[in-house]
Amino acid sequence: MAAVAEHDHDHEHHDHGPAKGILRWIVTTNHKDIGTLYLVFALAMFFVGGSMAMIIRAELFEPGMQFVEPQFFNSMTTMHALVMVFGAVMPAFVGLANWMIPMMIGAPDMALPRMNNMSFWLLVAGVLMLASTLFMEGGAPAGGWTLYPPLVLQTGAALPFAVFSVHLLGISSIMGAINIVSTIFNMRAPGMTLMKMPLFVWTWLITGFLLIAIMPVFAGGVTMLLTDKFFNTSFFDAAGGGDPVLYQHIFWFFGHPEVYVMILPTFGVASTIIPVFARKPLFGYSSMVYATASIAFLSFIVWAHHMFTVGLPIAGELYFMYSTMLIAIPTGVKVFNWTATMWKGSMTFETPMLFSIAFVVLFTMGGLTGLMMSLAPLDFQYHDTYFIVAHFHYTLVPASVFILMAAGYYWLPKWTGHMYNEKIGQLHFWLSAISVNILFFPQHFLGLAGMPRRIPDYAVQFADWNMISSIGGFIFGASQLLFLYIVIDTIRGGTGEKVTDEVWEDAAKHGLEWTLPSPVPYHTFATPPTLIPTEHI
Amino acid sequence: MATNNAYYIPHQATWPVVATVGLLTMLAGFANYLNGSPIGSTMMVIGLVIFIVMLAGWFTLQAGESESGMYSTQVGISYRMGMMWFIFSEIMFFAVFFGTLWYTRNLSVPWLGGEGTGAATKEFLWPAFEATWPTNGPGKVGGEFEAMGAWGLPFINTLLLLSSGVTLTWAHHGLLAKNRDQLIKGLIATVSLGFLFVAFQAMEYHEAYTEMGLTLGSGIYGSTFFMLTGFHGFHVCVGAIILSVVLFRTSKGHFTPENHFAFEAAAWYWHFVDVVWLGLFIFVYLM
Ligand code: HEM
Ligand SMILES: [Cu+2]
Repeated sequence: MAAVAEHDHDHEHHDHGPAKGILRWIVTTNHKDIGTLYLVFALAMFFVGGSMAMIIRAELFEPGMQFVEPQFFNSMTTMHALVMVFGAVMPAFVGLANWMIPMMIGAPDMALPRMNNMSFWLLVAGVLMLASTLFMEGGAPAGGWTLYPPLVLQTGAALPFAVFSVHLLGISSIMGAINIVSTIFNMRAPGMTLMKMPLFVWTWLITGFLLIAIMPVFAGGVTMLLTDKFFNTSFFDAAGGGDPVLYQHIFWFFGHPEVYVMILPTFGVASTIIPVFARKPLFGYSSMVYATASIAFLSFIVWAHHMFTVGLPIAGELYFMYSTMLIAIPTGVKVFNWTATMWKGSMTFETPMLFSIAFVVLFTMGGLTGLMMSLAPLDFQYHDTYFIVAHFHYTLVPASVFILMAAGYYWLPKWTGHMYNEKIGQLHFWLSAISVNILFFPQHFLGLAGMPRRIPDYAVQFADWNMISSIGGFIFGASQLLFLYIVIDTIRGGTGEKVTDEVWEDAAKHGLEWTLPSPVPYHTFATPPTLIPTEHI
Repeated sequence: MATNNAYYIPHQATWPVVATVGLLTMLAGFANYLNGSPIGSTMMVIGLVIFIVMLAGWFTLQAGESESGMYSTQVGISYRMGMMWFIFSEIMFFAVFFGTLWYTRNLSVPWLGGEGTGAATKEFLWPAFEATWPTNGPGKVGGEFEAMGAWGLPFINTLLLLSSGVTLTWAHHGLLAKNRDQLIKGLIATVSLGFLFVAFQAMEYHEAYTEMGLTLGSGIYGSTFFMLTGFHGFHVCVGAIILSVVLFRTSKGHFTPENHFAFEAAAWYWHFVDVVWLGLFIFVYLM
């Protein structure tokens, strides 16, 4: 039975290219096409979310009301976060997973190609639904991306749309994650044992598990928001015996692992790039795997560090304080390993490496402020101020986003067969790295001095640092147009230089993807590879 | 782990996009309906129709491919993994609602009644409130109601679902032993027990609404009761429909002892729904 099938498949495989025209992208089941769709969509959303950030920074440029209504300002902070998290960073990593995981483990495609297509289109549907709320009576949700009741229940016509968009995005993420996990467990080439997998694959395996576990929790939470608003339930209403704080528990049970969904694949890409440009094996491969798993485990038991000020019982404060501090240990292991990988390496500093090094340094900043906030008594000072805004932006922008840029520079030559312009790449790096610090570093001072987050106006003593921060923000925003230019330019031919299969010196020793031709053919590894590179271990 | 057998990769897929359009239309319609827009319900129906057509089309496609032997063992493993992880996500979904029940019963209601640091709040806001379960809170939201007992319909339903688990296993044995007759009888019994369960639950709800004053609006007790049992009841319906499809395919001669992923997936799902019910019976009705 299987033999018959094999036959005519082998056949089709070889002559089958992509469908023609626009339809190719709509009905595709090819992991590379879908990866491209995810990446392009994420890049577009990065600019949409970025424009919202520009509105926020413009309004905060000076004290007093400048450009927008307070309600709209709050919609902007809310939508900026939701678009960046669910529309840009997460999809970008799913895009990388789609492109790279099959190539890294020697598989012909993802395990469930039809579902793969559906995950992408559900993402588009979810984001469309979310974006549509901008044009509704009462405006887009404005209570913060955490959608806390009772405030969020005052949203106008947008509320049910926001809830259903979370449902759609949730289904999309769960399907994507199931696909990734099944691919990694079931599609590895012979000899690609778990402990030989590139770290990007490992981190995605664990991230996939996180996603499957947490997205339903968030979906359940917002479902209760919906029933509280429209069907008379009392889940988050003390009069009926419920509790608004319950929503916060549910949200952060999702929310804390969610931030690790954005950072674990980041770790994976960094662990892939750094050894190649340090020309050394990754230091402490297995400790990286265990550290990732520990971080994922811990991420489920620390959620209430976001709720130190809501009136938790003292035992809760203490427990969540100590458990949160534990996270710094596996995180520290990772930072140590990246540093040790570079130690005495013959390093070169191409753009992907520059972004990766900046990631190691600046992510550590974010980790350290995290540690400060994990101290419950101190967090009473930091909570809901710009200090925490600085914290999570350090962990997300010069970490996740920088690593996404690094991944772009690192793999674009493989994907397109063209080399990007190194000079402009480096310019993009330096502009980004400097401006991101002008943008976010002053926010630490603002927060410590007491400037609350999510407000369109502020007291005059905060004026100077806000103006500096805004200037950094505008430079950062403008610099990203360079990235857009480079991506388009590279796709259309780049420097014109013919790239080799390896692209980067000795890269083929580090990962299977570099054994394939550049640009990568539409179908790869129809028959599994025989040699498994092990330099990354 | 991969073998050298070629892995079946479909070249194009139209059903996923149809599914997305259907879901989007349905949910956008529902949202419009909730906002009181007149087009809402029409949109919902259109979305639902698209979705049902999609389900029929997509499953027919998969069943056809499976029966013509296009799926290697490795493909089968992917499907099984997909189903297992899907059920895991469902477990987490139910966990939120069970967690909510636990939290309100053990934390928020006692706090409202003055436990922990809640004494002053209670004194000022709700001096008359006693923390008991069931409750509709200090505001007596939804008015007087009676809690649902365990030993009437719910207990009968427990017996129904447990026996449906047995009949399904019996059907599975029939499938493995190439005993078609046993397979079909077992499936018919399981599906019937499933739908009977749903009918009894409908009766239970009817009684709650008309005679006991117990509604979704009866404070936190009503909220958790109907959310948990309703969400579960929805799953029973879905499970019974999936099993009906399996029954239909069986009657067309599908499935062999080696190749019956759809049967297995449906059975896993059914047992999962079964176990959730046991949790409900204990935590919602008994305790
Ligand atoms: C050493 C590791 C980390 C520790 C100890 C830590 C600790 C904390 C604490 C205690 C808060 C709550 C502050 C408050 O609300 O008062 C917080 C907020 C936050 N953290 Fe971290 N964090 C760490 C790493 C990360 C990473 C890696 C990310 C993301 C990639 C991240 C993203 C966030 C976000 C988004 C928030 C704010 C959520 C909100 O209120 O909107 N953190 N962190
Ligand atoms: Cu956290």
